[in-house]
Amino acid sequence: MRWWLPDAGSTFAGPIDGLFTAILIITGIALVLVEVGLVTFVIRYRGRPGRKAFYTHGSTRAEVIWTAIPAVTMVALGLISNHYWVLIKDKKSVPPNAYRLGVHAKQFEWQVTYPGPDEKLGTSDDFTVRNQLHVIVNQPTAVELTSEDVIHSFFVPEWRLKQDAVPGMQITAWFEATKTGEFELGCAELCGMGHYRMRARVFVHTPDEYKAWVAQQAAGGTE
Amino acid sequence: MTSVAHAQPHAHGGGDAHHAPMSFWRKYIFSTDHKIIGIQFLFVSLFFLLVGGILAMQIRWQLGFPAKPMPGGGLLPETMVSDGHILPEYYVQLVSMHGTFMVFFAIMPLLVGVYANFLIPLKIGAHDMAFPRINMWSFWAALLAGLIMTASFFVPNGPIRSGWTNYVPLAARPDLSGVTVGQMLWCISIVVLGLSSVMGSLNYITTIINHRAPGMTWFRMPLSVWALFITAILGVLALPVLQGAAIMLLFDNVLGTHFFDPAAGGQALLWQHLFWFFGHPEVYILILPAMGMVSDIIANGSRKPIFGYHSMVFAIIGIAFLGWIVWGHHMFMSGMNPTLGSTFMVSTLLIAVPSAVKVFNWMGTMWRGNLRFHVPMMNAIGFVSMFTIGGLSGIYMAATPVDIPLHDTQFIVAHIHYVLFGGSLFALFAAMTYWYPKMFGKMMSERLGKVHFWLTFVFYNMTFFPMHIIGMGGQMRRIYDPTIYNFLKPQQPLNEFISYSAFALFAVQFLFAFNFLWSLKFGKKAPQNPWDDNGLEWSLPNPAPHGNWEKVPNVYRGPYEFSAPEAGDKDYLPQYTKLPTDRDPVPAPVPAGH
Amino acid sequence: MTHATQTLDQMRPPYPAEPGSGVYSSKLGMWVFLASDVMFFTALIGSYIILRFGAPGEWAKPGAVLNVPLTAVNTFLLICSSVAMVKAYAAIQDGKKYFLRPVPGKTLRDGGLKFWLLVTILCGAAFVSVQVVEYIKLVGHGFTPAGYREGSLLAEHAAADAAKYGAAVAGLYGSSFFTMTGFHGFHVTCGVISMTYLYITKVLPEKYSPQDYRGIEVIGLYWHFVDLVWIILFTIVYLI
Repeated sequence: MRWWLPDAGSTFAGPIDGLFTAILIITGIALVLVEVGLVTFVIRYRGRPGRKAFYTHGSTRAEVIWTAIPAVTMVALGLISNHYWVLIKDKKSVPPNAYRLGVHAKQFEWQVTYPGPDEKLGTSDDFTVRNQLHVIVNQPTAVELTSEDVIHSFFVPEWRLKQDAVPGMQITAWFEATKTGEFELGCAELCGMGHYRMRARVFVHTPDEYKAWVAQQAAGGTE
Repeated sequence: MTSVAHAQPHAHGGGDAHHAPMSFWRKYIFSTDHKIIGIQFLFVSLFFLLVGGILAMQIRWQLGFPAKPMPGGGLLPETMVSDGHILPEYYVQLVSMHGTFMVFFAIMPLLVGVYANFLIPLKIGAHDMAFPRINMWSFWAALLAGLIMTASFFVPNGPIRSGWTNYVPLAARPDLSGVTVGQMLWCISIVVLGLSSVMGSLNYITTIINHRAPGMTWFRMPLSVWALFITAILGVLALPVLQGAAIMLLFDNVLGTHFFDPAAGGQALLWQHLFWFFGHPEVYILILPAMGMVSDIIANGSRKPIFGYHSMVFAIIGIAFLGWIVWGHHMFMSGMNPTLGSTFMVSTLLIAVPSAVKVFNWMGTMWRGNLRFHVPMMNAIGFVSMFTIGGLSGIYMAATPVDIPLHDTQFIVAHIHYVLFGGSLFALFAAMTYWYPKMFGKMMSERLGKVHFWLTFVFYNMTFFPMHIIGMGGQMRRIYDPTIYNFLKPQQPLNEFISYSAFALFAVQFLFAFNFLWSLKFGKKAPQNPWDDNGLEWSLPNPAPHGNWEKVPNVYRGPYEFSAPEAGDKDYLPQYTKLPTDRDPVPAPVPAGH
Repeated sequence: MTHATQTLDQMRPPYPAEPGSGVYSSKLGMWVFLASDVMFFTALIGSYIILRFGAPGEWAKPGAVLNVPLTAVNTFLLICSSVAMVKAYAAIQDGKKYFLRPVPGKTLRDGGLKFWLLVTILCGAAFVSVQVVEYIKLVGHGFTPAGYREGSLLAEHAAADAAKYGAAVAGLYGSSFFTMTGFHGFHVTCGVISMTYLYITKVLPEKYSPQDYRGIEVIGLYWHFVDLVWIILFTIVYLI
């Protein structure tokens, strides 16, 4: 049983989990304030015969305070969030040295195109593998997301990465995996009755392992 | 030029001066009485609420026990269930139709169809709606829309398979979704429902502007009426956008148009923009009336004026206004320009401010009150505490980076249910109990009501709170079988727990249904003002007669004068009570021309 | 107290002013309805603009597919109809319930409500008829909601001169043209039917008077709105 976000597997996990925790603390305080307040009022001001409620229409001061505090908090949260948002999703933030892969989604599979030994997409030594995503650890990687038919969504929980693949658009999503091993890629946007089984295996290799795998694929081998 | 408005009787509207006895058909079926129309809406939408609930139970069976045959599955046709196992295509249909029924045919008509109709004329002192006949058509259109939607279960290939949001190209391409007639029926039903909603809303707006009782100034209106007024404005402006989008989707399916076909230059994201431009105001259509009615009930239960009446009104207006500029937060992961994402994040986070003001003002109302824990009050407090959780969990997804792992997971499912069930539905339980005597002249059982509240409250939290955790773990929405993913397998026990809780939650609702139906016949006869409330509606007998008042009462003060010093030994002071110090309202000026 | 009773019951005859807006309810209701209709057309026109700007190819040149002169005449008809509606409104304000009445010393005769509303209805009906004829001709040439029909004359032209006929985006062109003009035509049809109904039930029996002509004013608002929408549509669909 897991009670938290999945184990961190990319450089995005640090800031995103940090921000998540910060929001958890802020909302936690607000929640405790409200719920404890409600319970206290329910007990303390429960109706008793002969008692009369305190007649007031409100207090401008109190209302200004509880308007201003959430407003300031939200604006601050917005500014901090935006910093990381730009870092993750903005087109200009894709590192220039990113290793480029093509991911083409269709009902109900992921087709991953690798640049092959020359490390360039769109050349003749590219090769495509179904439902297997192989990437290099600690290497910024950019996937060019396209879709054949309907909207799908590229989602690897450990990487804290999600991006829709939209037919008629090419969208670049980048990440840098920090942990080797096997993970899973799922589709997060309802894409038809087979939505649930649109699953790919994700392998994060060391550079040498990856090279070996590419060589093997280029030689026409499987696995 | 002289005004023509008042030279002759209204062509329609205003209610008849003479209430001749009417046949059963005129009185209960083709009724133009706003109260009867409200009650018609109530029964029809409670039925659809039940349908939506039954669909939800099947979803929960599949998620909790994906490998096991569903009890009673044998009753369903082979196209839906095979050997008792729910089929993937049926599962997707369950998810889609649960959302559709609950949003469009249960919560929205329960809040707006029932309570806007029933409460607005009673609370502002009008004989009826401005256009009673249009009001009747509004109900019949809504029922027709509901029947069309229901019919899609019985056509070849069944109902839609693209979620209640109907994202294109999936929804626009029968060859990709596998749905043909069902998709057309969805679109047609939504267009008809939109007509119903526009007819209703223009009635509510006109009635509130033009038919208030003497002395019922804008800032003496109960917050429920304010909320319903703003909701009606949202309805009038939002539903036509959905209608336009649904028509385009229908034409893509039927006429072969290419609005959403990327191969021919159409745009997939256009649908999302249109849908959510409607859809986000729609979210506030589903919560603002609940907030308004809860405000009335909390003031009553606390025996205190509402804390900060004016800021409550401005918070409603603020939420409604911001509601128009946040639709993009449904599209953070859609490939929309990330810079737009930043803008939508800020506007979305700002909506937390008026929402927080409302929560704190409700607490301020309870502070130093003399609380009466009648069933409506308990449900209203339940609303405040649950809506708080729903509102706070929204912040996680408003903050765009945190939205990345949470988007389209069970976390958002938890969020929307905390707002729509914990929020709207608790408010509806409160409202149904509170205005039951006004509708039927009987009281609902207090004891059963309390048992129902506590059981619902407990099972509700057991059902929906763990969904946050499941969603953090990464379980995507609308997946048929989470156990095929290794990273989701460890969470399966929690999924089972949620399912058991959901079944219990569903079962407990029959207590409410029983209480509701039983009290119709055997309930205690309601006194005229059972909750010691200030509203104009309690100046009438229960149930109120056709046409409401012989002569509408004058209004002397705001709706929340509980425990006012001048009330003497009572702790409430109705809006219609004339104290010796009160002066009669100045007659509204006759407009010069028009 | 009697004074209060007289002035304060807003909703029984004799009617005092309705409180609030000072605008009588059916007119206010029509304004609210028009607001919702604005949103409906905004959805359609907004989608058209987004699709056209985001399209992968150039739209067909104005006049290449659509018959602009014919539609210009049609637009004129609709504007005439709006003018006739203004005249009808002015006529009943002045109490002219009649059809035509001779004016002493003039050859032209003075039109009343019955005359001008009939002109309005006829112009509106003519507009719809021309539109139906245009639709039939367009579909005959091969212009359909799905684009240029294969094997049709238009498809051949488009193959020969792709730029002029916007061949790459013919599908979007057909989709938006038929949807927008179709729903506008539907609105005109509804207007013509409602006006005909009013004509028979209210205008012919002379139920309107200078003191109460609310039906005319309310339907007039709708009619001018439909006219305005057409001018926008004509500009963005036919001329640009």
